[in-house]
This record gives sequence, C-alpha cells and structure tokens, in this order.
Amino acid sequence: MDMSIYPLELPEGDRPMVRFMNVTKRYGTLVVLDQLHLDIAAGEMVSVIGPSGSGKTTVLRMLMTLETINGGVIYVDGQPLTHMEKGGVLVPADERHLRKMRASIGMCFQHFNLFPHMTALQNCMEGPVQVLGLSRDEARARSEELLSLVGMIEKKDQHPSRLSGGQQQRVAIARALAMRPKVMLFDEVTSALDPEVIGEVTTVIRQLVAEHNLTMLMVTHQMGFARDISDRICFFFGGKIEEQGAPADLFGDPQRDRTRQFLSAVKEAH
Amino acid sequence: MSFDWRWDFAWEILPRLLAATLNTLIAAGIGYAIALVLGLVFALAQRTDYKILTFTTREFVEFIRSTPLVLQIFFIFYVGPQFGIRLSPWMSGMIAIGLHYAAYLSEVYRAGIEAVPRGQWEAARAINMSTRDTYFRIIIPQALPPSIAGMGNYLVGILKDTPMLSVIGVAELMHTANSIGAENYRFLEPFTMVGIIFLAISLPVAGLVRLFEVWVRRKMGVR
Repeated sequence: MDMSIYPLELPEGDRPMVRFMNVTKRYGTLVVLDQLHLDIAAGEMVSVIGPSGSGKTTVLRMLMTLETINGGVIYVDGQPLTHMEKGGVLVPADERHLRKMRASIGMCFQHFNLFPHMTALQNCMEGPVQVLGLSRDEARARSEELLSLVGMIEKKDQHPSRLSGGQQQRVAIARALAMRPKVMLFDEVTSALDPEVIGEVTTVIRQLVAEHNLTMLMVTHQMGFARDISDRICFFFGGKIEEQGAPADLFGDPQRDRTRQFLSAVKEAH
Repeated sequence: MSFDWRWDFAWEILPRLLAATLNTLIAAGIGYAIALVLGLVFALAQRTDYKILTFTTREFVEFIRSTPLVLQIFFIFYVGPQFGIRLSPWMSGMIAIGLHYAAYLSEVYRAGIEAVPRGQWEAARAINMSTRDTYFRIIIPQALPPSIAGMGNYLVGILKDTPMLSVIGVAELMHTANSIGAENYRFLEPFTMVGIIFLAISLPVAGLVRLFEVWVRRKMGVR
C-alpha cells in the first residue's frame, strides 16, 4: 500500500484531536470498517450510534490500540497513533511508540473491567504509580479527588466484588481519568447496568462534559442521553458513517432512510 | 502366615527413619521450589511472541510430561557426565524432580492465566501498563487463587515421588527403610512405618493447601 499519501504529522491549523484517515478494519474477509474518515475536535463530545455489528465499538477499540488496523492511519493530536515515522515514511507502530501515544487516551468498558484483587482506590492508583511513576502520596491524592468527583470516596477501600455495577463503572471512570488522558472513550458504559443505576453513571459523564474540557467519544444505546450531551452524533451502518450531524438535526430531521429506520426501531423498543 | 510385628525393633529404627524423613522433606521442598519458579518460566515462555521459544518450550514440556520421572533421574545422573555435567545424587535428584514438576505446574499456571478474562488485559492496556507489569500485577495475582488446588496436588505428588530418588542413592525415607530392611532381614516394620510417615505428612498438607486457598482468596478480595 502507498503510505506516502499520509503525512508524518498533521499540519498546524489542521490538527483535530483525533483523525481517522481512510481507516479499514477486517476480520478475515469480513470488512468491519470501510475507509473510515472521522475528525474529532479538541473538547468535542461525539456519540456513535448504530445497530450492532455496524463497527461502532471497533472505532473505540482501534483508538485504544486494542485492535490493529488493516488500512489507513489514525492521528491523535496531530501525531500518528497506529504508525510511526521510519526513514521518512510511516510504518506500523511498535510497542514503544504505542505506549508513548496511548498515554493520551483513556477508556471505560461495558463490563467495567476493574481489577478484582484491588480496592477502588488501588484500582485508581495503579496506573499513576506504575505507569506515570507518581509517588504513592501524589497518586493517592489524585485518586481520592477523582473518587470524590464520581461520588465513590466512601467506598474507596472496597473491592469491586462488593460494589454494584453502577458503582464499579464510576470507579472505572475515575481510574481512567487518573491517567489524565486527552481523549476519553466510553464503550457502552451503561449497557450492562440495571436501569435504576444508569442515572448515576450518566450524571458523572454529564458533569465531565459540563466542567472539563475533555475530548470524548462515546458508543451508546441511550439516545436521549446522547442527544442531551453530545456536540455531534455519528450514525454507523455497515462499517461506514451513514449520517452525522448535530443531535437536534440527526434526531429531529434525519436525512437517510437507514437513520430513520434505526431511530424509529429504537424508539419502539423503549 | 503370621504377622510378627516387633515393637522393640520399630522403636529402635524410628530415629533413623525420622532423620531420613527430614531428607525427604528437604528434597520435596527444594524440588517444589524449583518447580514453582521454573513452571512459571515455562508457562510465560509459551505465551511470548517469539515463535521459536514458544515452540521449543511447548515441546520440552510435552517431552518431560510424556517420559517417566525415573528415566529423567537416571538420565541426568548417569548420562550427564558424558556431556561433562557431573552432579551429586542429591543435585541430580533435585534438578530432575524440579524439572519434572515444573512441566506439570506450567500447565496449571497456563490454565490459570488463560482463565483470566480478556477484559483484564484490555483494562491494563487502557491505563498503558507494560506487558511485564500487566503479568505480574494484574494477571498472575488473579491466576493464582484458582491454581492453588492444582498446585497443592502436585505438592503432595512431589512428596510421594521422592522415593524415586532412592534409585540413585539419595538417602531419603524409602532408601533408608530399604537399607534397614536389608541389614536386619526385616522389612515389615520399616516399610509399614514409611507408609504411616507419608500418610502423616500428606494428609495435613492437603488440608493446609485448602486453608491457604481460602486465605489467598479472601486476601485478594476474589470470591
């Protein structure tokens, strides 16, 4: 493949926080994402919606470098994430480059994935101490502040097995924030929760949107929530962005048949 | 046929047998320590990206598991010198038994590591942990509790296999009992006592392993 069409870094003045450029992902012969183009501006909150199998979770997983990509380049803050410069061209990134770039990105998962052998506080301190090299005191101060932010400071010494799903997810958000990422990814963070605790997690995310200038990318099935807090909604279908726009436009006046079908099907289900 | 158990003889040989028991415990303990560490090395070596290392380790583990321990003991002790490796019976025995059980323990570790959900790897990556830290701080601590039962079985197993070392003259319990029998033309007492001593060690060990498992799970907050 001709890599020379991809710049070694994005030029000043055209530097979104995240840029997917021509990104393709295949599992065998199945094309999950097909030549995806997507820019996310600094401080922007973008929600990804769409039917299952449309590739929306894959977008987040690629950005977190949990999946390799089969074509194209992802840039974060102007620098290539999936590739690195070698002899004047971009080549697939090695682990060292990935570790450098990954520091800008944090992620929360559908099933929380807290470390079960650590308390809530230890979960939050692990990255700052082991990865960032903070002293235990600094890491504790930072973690306690974040656990307070998500309303979990009283439970800081509990292991995840003693916490409800909503509580675990809030700790997971604090854990991700403790790494001070520039971009936060939320992958269906309310899908595994009981209906009555969804609110405690969405409240935390709303607060982040309102008070912190984070760039966020969220995959969700909660249309009302996405509509309330997003700057932009991307509707994925069949590995492509079928339609995107401001929440009021996309939900209020969808232009494409597939978007209309999806939105009415979701509405009926609720 | 009549049983002709002589208490005076039994009392007389008890000190020698107890001294030999200490050797058995030392052999089992050192052998197990080697197996615990080497087993983890074998397990991790099979999970690296280096195909040659993975393949060689896999085949080596299979080879050890598919051949008798006694052959491995003989091989190290009698064939070793042909390659310039001269080891005492004790040393040969420890290495043989340690290697043998390392192969089995590596399978226990491997199963434990593979049972840790993929989400744990992904969470570790999401906070940008190195592979090494991920293994030692996230994966192995979670792989341990479910592995303890299997590890305990092999602790009892290694204890029961120490008599194999008698074939190269390590003065453990079985070897000593055999000598006593041959010296006195009486085998009933020494061999019976060996059986009782093994039983008296194995049973509590199995119980202690179960307690240890409960303690570790509680300590780690894992159910």
